Amino acid sequence: MNNPPPVALAICGVRKSYGAVQALDGISFDIRPGEFFGLLGPNGAGKSTLISIIAGLIRADEGSVSVFGHDTVHDWRVARRLLGVVPQELVFDPFFKVVDMLRIQAGYYGCGKEVWPWIDEMLIRLDLNNKRSVSMRALSGGMKRRVLIAQALVHKPPVVILDEPTAGVDVELRRTLWSFMRDLHAKGTTVVLTTHYLEEAQEMCERIAIVDHGRVRVIETTEQLLNRHPFRFLRIKLADGGLLPEALRPLVTSEKNGSIELKLERERHPIGSVFAALRTAGIGIEDVHTREPDLEDIFVELTRDGASVELSNGHSPIALGSGASDER
Amino acid sequence: MNANRRGFVTLLKKEVMRFWSVLGQTVTAPVVTALLYLLVFAQAMDGRAPVYPGVSYTQFLLPGLVMMTVIQNAFANSSSSLAQSKIMGNLVFLLMAPLGPWEFFAAYIVAALIRAAMVATVMLVVSLPFVHLPLHQPLALLAMFLLAGGSLAVLGIIAGIVSTKFDHLAAFGNFIITPLSFLSGVFYSVHALPPLWFTASHFNPFFYMIDGFRYGFFGHSDVSIWLSLLWGLGVFGIMSAICLWMLITGYKLRR
Repeated sequence: MNNPPPVALAICGVRKSYGAVQALDGISFDIRPGEFFGLLGPNGAGKSTLISIIAGLIRADEGSVSVFGHDTVHDWRVARRLLGVVPQELVFDPFFKVVDMLRIQAGYYGCGKEVWPWIDEMLIRLDLNNKRSVSMRALSGGMKRRVLIAQALVHKPPVVILDEPTAGVDVELRRTLWSFMRDLHAKGTTVVLTTHYLEEAQEMCERIAIVDHGRVRVIETTEQLLNRHPFRFLRIKLADGGLLPEALRPLVTSEKNGSIELKLERERHPIGSVFAALRTAGIGIEDVHTREPDLEDIFVELTRDGASVELSNGHSPIALGSGASDER
Repeated sequence: MNANRRGFVTLLKKEVMRFWSVLGQTVTAPVVTALLYLLVFAQAMDGRAPVYPGVSYTQFLLPGLVMMTVIQNAFANSSSSLAQSKIMGNLVFLLMAPLGPWEFFAAYIVAALIRAAMVATVMLVVSLPFVHLPLHQPLALLAMFLLAGGSLAVLGIIAGIVSTKFDHLAAFGNFIITPLSFLSGVFYSVHALPPLWFTASHFNPFFYMIDGFRYGFFGHSDVSIWLSLLWGLGVFGIMSAICLWMLITGYKLRR
């Protein structure tokens, strides 16, 4: 008998509305144990509402969320122990020192002195060790962000949700955070990331869901998502001021300082055909550069009004731009 | 479902650490204020006829002032802590943790009672060399302290939950706690009041809290100790039911 594959986070038919505004419109997807999962979407798409529902801060109107099979409403105590959430807002308790705050947070989850070495390790990994006895109110914004991350991890949760953890932080913290997250992920922690820095999601995430207007537009592996774009870009600089043959003119997307960018359809315009056309016209090439579409190209294409996407997980196609307004 | 005992102890410890870190505001200031009341009223009213046989005005005043301070500080502790966490946003750390409504409820009440007990103890220790207080019924004293402090701590949680800005919290203090404290017979026996105010006093729960507390010292009171205990239990029960309903349903905490 085959057991169903384990699911770290199961989100099933979650709906939430605020008056006439449908913030989440029946969102369903699963996140597998050990995945580095990206949850992307424009502002007001419903990402933070979904995260708040997972964390138990907001109650869904319909649907359910479970963490490793534990329902976040009916079996909330176990579900919350399995979750660590880094909130988007820079919130802190001004009465305590950094290390006291982390020990208190661990205590809320039923952890005692046995996690103090882990707290010390986190303080070192997040470059907070020299601030351990400093009052929370005396920390800079970046340092407070580091403490927030440590607070979410203090009870060693197997599922970590990072809600825009790098918003407004410097390069050093980003590097520190991603290095730390990579290590946790390598040890089996499931990581869910929301971010507006799409290059981060492209680099870190194995699978990505794009949410817009309260619905999942697409959920695929990062590779599948990148391959779904039917174009690639070729930038060429012609030798001796040569002119582009007329047949290639319709493919030009930009022309700057003698450098021309062509948008090539993968199936219809192999790069070799461009070179052949130039050769036939007797035009030499001085420089060539190709660019594959990145996540930003895909994201813009999928979240623009009126775009239509077929979900790879068997759900029916959804017309973009037909959902609720972005107002919250 | 197993209770999160360590979570409860941690929240209690955190609440105690919170008021301990600003002891000047949370313990010293209320003690000084109450002692000033004692000094001024004892001087001004000195020589008046005893309220109860063998009980001077200063003796009569001290337990009332102690209970008034207990009431105000129990309310202030839970309400300001919760409202501050809510308004500053750090309440999410508690709401995301595996802490149940009962653990939350109990930790805030016990922390408020610890602060109230500290304030009351300091007041009594400082005053006792100058004002002799008998101890007629310690159990009644303890019961009235727990019921009054507990009720106001619960009201503080309710105020913290419903307040969305500090103005709302101040309104609770200015329009409920302070008037009821001053009209509760702290400074006088309600028998000295005109009939209308005498009757009105009997609908003020703080009157029973103070009167019952005084009974614990002197064995004399304006109304029966049993009536005071009943009022204390009733107020605590009603407040707790409202508060627990709010915590269980997530009223104004979980949207």
